[in-house]
Amino acid sequence: MTGTIFKRELRAYFATPLAYVFIVIFLALSGVFTFYLGNFYGRGQADLQPFFGFHPWLYLLLVPAIAMRLWAEERKSGTIELLLTLPVTMWQAVLGKFLAAWAFVGIALALTFPMWITVNYLGDPDNGVIVAGYLGSLLMAGGYLAIGACVSAATKNQVIAFIAALVICLLFTLAGFPLVLDAFSAWAPQAVVELVSSLSFLSHFQAISKGVLALSDVLYFLVMIGAWLLAGAIVIDLKKAE
Amino acid sequence: MLTIESLSKRFGALTAVDDLSFEVAPGEVLGFLGPNGAGKSTTMKMITGFLTPSAGKVTVNGVNVASDPVAAKAQIGYLPEGAPAYGDMTVRAFLRFVATVRGLDKATIDARVDEVVEVISLHAVIDQAIETLSKGYKRRVGLAQAIIHDPKILILDEPTDGLDPNQKHEVRKLIQSMAKDKIIVVSTHILEEVSAVCSRAMIIAQGRVVFDGTPDDLALRGDADAPNRMDDAFRALTLGNAQQVAA
Repeated sequence: MTGTIFKRELRAYFATPLAYVFIVIFLALSGVFTFYLGNFYGRGQADLQPFFGFHPWLYLLLVPAIAMRLWAEERKSGTIELLLTLPVTMWQAVLGKFLAAWAFVGIALALTFPMWITVNYLGDPDNGVIVAGYLGSLLMAGGYLAIGACVSAATKNQVIAFIAALVICLLFTLAGFPLVLDAFSAWAPQAVVELVSSLSFLSHFQAISKGVLALSDVLYFLVMIGAWLLAGAIVIDLKKAE
Repeated sequence: MLTIESLSKRFGALTAVDDLSFEVAPGEVLGFLGPNGAGKSTTMKMITGFLTPSAGKVTVNGVNVASDPVAAKAQIGYLPEGAPAYGDMTVRAFLRFVATVRGLDKATIDARVDEVVEVISLHAVIDQAIETLSKGYKRRVGLAQAIIHDPKILILDEPTDGLDPNQKHEVRKLIQSMAKDKIIVVSTHILEEVSAVCSRAMIIAQGRVVFDGTPDDLALRGDADAPNRMDDAFRALTLGNAQQVAA
C-alpha cells in the first residue's frame, strides 16, 4: 500500500512543472554557492566541503517549498477524505507521501553528480568522505521534510505551511548557536540548554559530511524524521474534520 | 448489514449527529435526506471511517469500523461530497491507482477499469487530466472510483449534484442496477430522486431521525392539496408543524 501511494505521489511531482523548476533551481543554486561563495577553485583542495557546506541553507529554503503541499493540498482539494477512506492505515499514507517527497529530493541531490566528477577530474579526493557527505545531506533533507510535512498537515494554506516550516527548520538548524541558545540559557538549567544545543541539524550534518559516519548522527536524523512524522500523523487525525 | 448504533458527533459545542441508530440490509437503497447542515455528510464520514465518532459505533457486515478500519473500509465504496480526485492524474491513472490500493489483482485491473469506464461512459475523457474535466465528468469519475472494487456497501454523498438531467437519469439507472445485492446509502437534496431510486427514505434534521419509511409513506405525510406532497412533507418534518408554510 505504501508503495502504491509512493508511486502515485512521486509521479505527481513530475506531472507538474514543480519538479523541473525545483531541480533546476536546486542545481543552479548549489553550483553558484559552491563556485562563487564557497570558493571551490581558490581553496586548492580536492574535496566537496564548499558544496556540502551550503546544503543546510539550500534545504532551508527549498525543502519547505516541497513539503508545503504534502497535506495542505490534500485537505484543500478534499482528496484527504478519499485517501483516508481507502483501505490504508494512517501510517501507510503518511509514510508513502513522505518517502515520495524524500525520493524526489534524493533525485535532485543525485543530479549534482557532475560536481563529484569535476572534483575527481581536478584532483584526487577522498571519495569515502564524499559518499558520507551525500548520505548526510540526504538524511538532513529528510529531517527538514518531516518537519515540513507535519506543519503542512496543520493548515490548508500552503503559504502559511511554507513560512511556518521555514521558521521551525531554521530553529533546528541553528539550535547550537547563540541565536537560539540565548533564548534558553537565561532561564533554563544547563542540561536543557545542552539538550537544545544537541538538536542542531548543522552540527550533526557537519560531523557526517566530514566523513565521520557515526551511528549517533545517523540515528539523530532517523529519530528526528520518525518523531516529526508521528507528530504529523497525530495532527492529520486531529485536523482532518476541518 | 450496515448497523449504526447511537452514533453521535460533536464539534465543540455543536452536535452535528445526535444519537443516531439505524440498520440497512442488502438490497435496500436508503435515501438520506435533510436540510443543509443536518448531519448527513458527517454521518457518512463516520460510516466510511474518515471521522471518528464522539460516541456510538458503526459495523459493516460484522466488522467494527473503529476497531478494524482497514477491513471495514475494504468493503465500502465511497463517493465523498464534491467528488474529490487527484486533478493532475488522468482518469485512467486515477482509477488504476484506486484499484491498486483497493487490492485488485494486477492482472484484472485493466479489464475492471475498462468495465467501469464502459458502465459510467467515461471513454471520451479516459486519458484527460481530471482537473480539465467538467463538473459532471468529475462527479462520474468519483462514482467510478467508488464502484471499481464492486463493494458490498456503497455510500454516495450527493451523487447527482451538478449533473444534467440526462446524466442524472443515467446515474439513477446505475444505482438501481447495482441495488440487488448491495447496501446503498445515497444522500440527496432532490426529493424526486428518492422516489425514483430509493426503497427507503430517511430524513434527519439537527442530527436526529425525523422520518424513516418508504418514499410513498413520506409523500402521504404531506398535505394532499399541496402542489408537491413530498416537498410539503419534507418541510413539515424538518421545520416542525408550527413553522409550516401553508402551500
